[in-house]
Amino acid sequence: MNQPHSYSSTVTERPEGWNRPAPIESRGERELLEVAMGPHHPSTHGVFRMDLALDGERVVRLKPEFGYLHRNHEKIAEGISYLASMPYTDRLDYTCSMTNNWAYALAVEKLTGQEVPERAEYLRVILGELTRVQNHLSAIGFLIQDMGASGTPLMYAFRQREKILDLFEGLTGARMMVNYMRFGGCRVDASPAWLDEARKVVAGLPAFVDEFEALLRSNEILMARTQGVGVLRPELAVNAGVTGPMLRASGVNYDIRKVDHYGIYDRFNFRVPLGDHGDVYDRFMIRLLEARESIKILEAALKDIPVGPVIDPKAKIRGLRPKPGEAYGRIEAPKGELGFYLISDGGPNPYRYRVRPPSLINLTILEDMCLGHDVADVVLIFGSVDIVLGEVDR
Amino acid sequence: MLGEGILKGLAETARNFFGSYFSAERLTTVEYPEQRIAPFEAARVFPFLVYDGADWQAGLRCVSCQICEKECPPKCIYIEKSKDKKPDALGKPQFYPARFEIDISVCMSCQICVEVCPFESIKMNTEFELSTSDRFGGLLLDREKLARSNQYYHQIHPTEAAAVDARLAADKARADAKAVSAAAAAVAKAASAAAATAGEGA
Amino acid sequence: MKTVEEIKAAIESAIPGAGVEIVPNPSPSGQHSLRLTPDHAVEVANFLRDDAELALDFLSNVTGVDWPDKEISEKVKVTHTVTKTVDGVEQSVEETVEETRKRVEPGYLEAVYHLYSVEKKHGPVILRMRTVNRTDQVELPSLTFVWRSAEFQEREIFDLFGIVFTGHPDLRRILMWEGFKDHPMRRDYVAPDDFEYEPTAHDGVLKRTQAHQAAAGQALEERHQGTGAGA
Repeated sequence: MNQPHSYSSTVTERPEGWNRPAPIESRGERELLEVAMGPHHPSTHGVFRMDLALDGERVVRLKPEFGYLHRNHEKIAEGISYLASMPYTDRLDYTCSMTNNWAYALAVEKLTGQEVPERAEYLRVILGELTRVQNHLSAIGFLIQDMGASGTPLMYAFRQREKILDLFEGLTGARMMVNYMRFGGCRVDASPAWLDEARKVVAGLPAFVDEFEALLRSNEILMARTQGVGVLRPELAVNAGVTGPMLRASGVNYDIRKVDHYGIYDRFNFRVPLGDHGDVYDRFMIRLLEARESIKILEAALKDIPVGPVIDPKAKIRGLRPKPGEAYGRIEAPKGELGFYLISDGGPNPYRYRVRPPSLINLTILEDMCLGHDVADVVLIFGSVDIVLGEVDR
Repeated sequence: MLGEGILKGLAETARNFFGSYFSAERLTTVEYPEQRIAPFEAARVFPFLVYDGADWQAGLRCVSCQICEKECPPKCIYIEKSKDKKPDALGKPQFYPARFEIDISVCMSCQICVEVCPFESIKMNTEFELSTSDRFGGLLLDREKLARSNQYYHQIHPTEAAAVDARLAADKARADAKAVSAAAAAVAKAASAAAATAGEGA
Repeated sequence: MKTVEEIKAAIESAIPGAGVEIVPNPSPSGQHSLRLTPDHAVEVANFLRDDAELALDFLSNVTGVDWPDKEISEKVKVTHTVTKTVDGVEQSVEETVEETRKRVEPGYLEAVYHLYSVEKKHGPVILRMRTVNRTDQVELPSLTFVWRSAEFQEREIFDLFGIVFTGHPDLRRILMWEGFKDHPMRRDYVAPDDFEYEPTAHDGVLKRTQAHQAAAGQALEERHQGTGAGA
């Protein structure tokens, strides 16, 4: 069972290196050094292991190994009701719980045909974009920390993140595990005082992003270490199911907010930044530019939010029994395409509950990107994928 | 010039560092536990049971309907219904929980129990300094440890508690009005029955 | 984008004998799927990816589903010829009796693929493949060489459900550790026994706790007596 199986003769042969990495010959007769990087490692963003085979400093083979944080989320969801799964979705990508909640609520709303009132859609956009801003700034901060900057830019990003988490706590009661979206809207309404506080926070963000960019963008060390490193070709990215900032850094124009037209994103005027080279520097810059676009959306949404109910009064929250059927709902989460696939058999619990984790699927081509690079580059390439183990392992 | 980017970066760091002496915006460290941040009103940590009045056993609002137990995602609530009944705030005899235990090592503070409770009896507390060295029994809160007065609820969540009190007062007013009209109807019926028997007798 | 029927027609005209079935989806989402036969699956997948109009170049999600054996009882009217004595004369009489017949509909494992197109910005197109049964015939062709994103997801389905994807370049466990036996996401999976301390046990956990305490010779805690208080 554990042996790799041989090719079937009906498989179309693709040229070497197309969707499998071309093997790299080692230089000379030196033995390969096999190192396990992780799971206890400061740069692996969680409990994650990479089995590296090194020729000196050069990576010849890289096998990612995870499952250390596997908490059986999909099976737990089969045993509890739809509402009770909502707090568990917070804990998938634990840095972005608002978007996890939104993706799950969207999938259930697709399954039941539930509609969402306008104010709730605006609140979802505001909270989703706040989540995106804090995720992208922290991701850049972690990347810089992995480069050796000892946490200073990370702490600057966290300063802004604290303001956003304070907003979440004022609205939902918890900083990170928010449990806020419901099937048919949001759990609790935002008071005018909260909206004013949110406007203040958003007003302070552009200045910070400018400062952050000035700190980092033309830093020679950063440019030397990230430009040309970990290049991902667009055809390979699409074929490997990569989504999110990583896909757009390779130049592919695919943002689910623009493609699926979910929620009310069509009302907002925002651009989708694309990268030219697909290297680590592009991914880092794309996140910065996307944070700016998110701030534009936030300013517009906070200005235009209408009054009204935040949840459809006819929505069934407790004791929801969707009719038999299935639905796949996806959103553009900060890390990529987060999708939920639900199969209902008419009972109070889902028959099959599947999370499509962007972090796991973005790791498919980690080996391709790292081959031929040094170990130090592996840290950066891995950091630029921006994963959260809660999502990879569920 | 080579190194210009690094110097620009260092200038930003210097601005943040020296700025932290002058602006609170840049100095964000709170030296806990000597300094504390005021908690948010909406903050939630672990649940507690509300009781009205002075006696926690007599005034406990929970009627042991067990809806929170069923809806709790990690199933951390354990309730045993009583065999007898006691009168509640509206005077109706209701069951009460003989045992109500929450295992806070399992509770994930999702607050679904609060959302589904129809009797406004379980609410979220904000105490978080609950470390104990007994990791089994010490983290299993029983009925007595969970019970807190309504005044305490007003202290930690003033707006929410005021809204709950208003709702309960409205319910009580409606129940009282119904009782008054039912009593009036009963009196009228008795009077008409007496008149009918008197009429028959005559 | 084409509807499911049009896609089925396009596949069948390009690959005759492909054996594609439409599986309707009764929910309001309207996401109907196409069931493929394992023999032609790779050909159909290549066609869907390379077709100029469909251009389904992006495999978003691969899911495994376990459908266990179903026991179905049906009431069937059966007519027998019975020899009976009527009025002292032996006769062959036809009797119609209603019998309850039980049969087991065999279960299967299923792999569901959600496809989108990055080039044309449409989707989803949903493909399904079913194994023959859940015990010994659990092979399905791997679509990793058509869409690379299936690589880790098919490994996960192998790990958690037990579907063996023939043609997969590196089929081994991904979330569970190597050397783990059994497939955890199957409906009949029994978790190992670690139910020593369960103060707030309900339903299934309560049953396992009672069994554990009985087996360990522990005195049953008073809260765990009975058949699931507060279930």
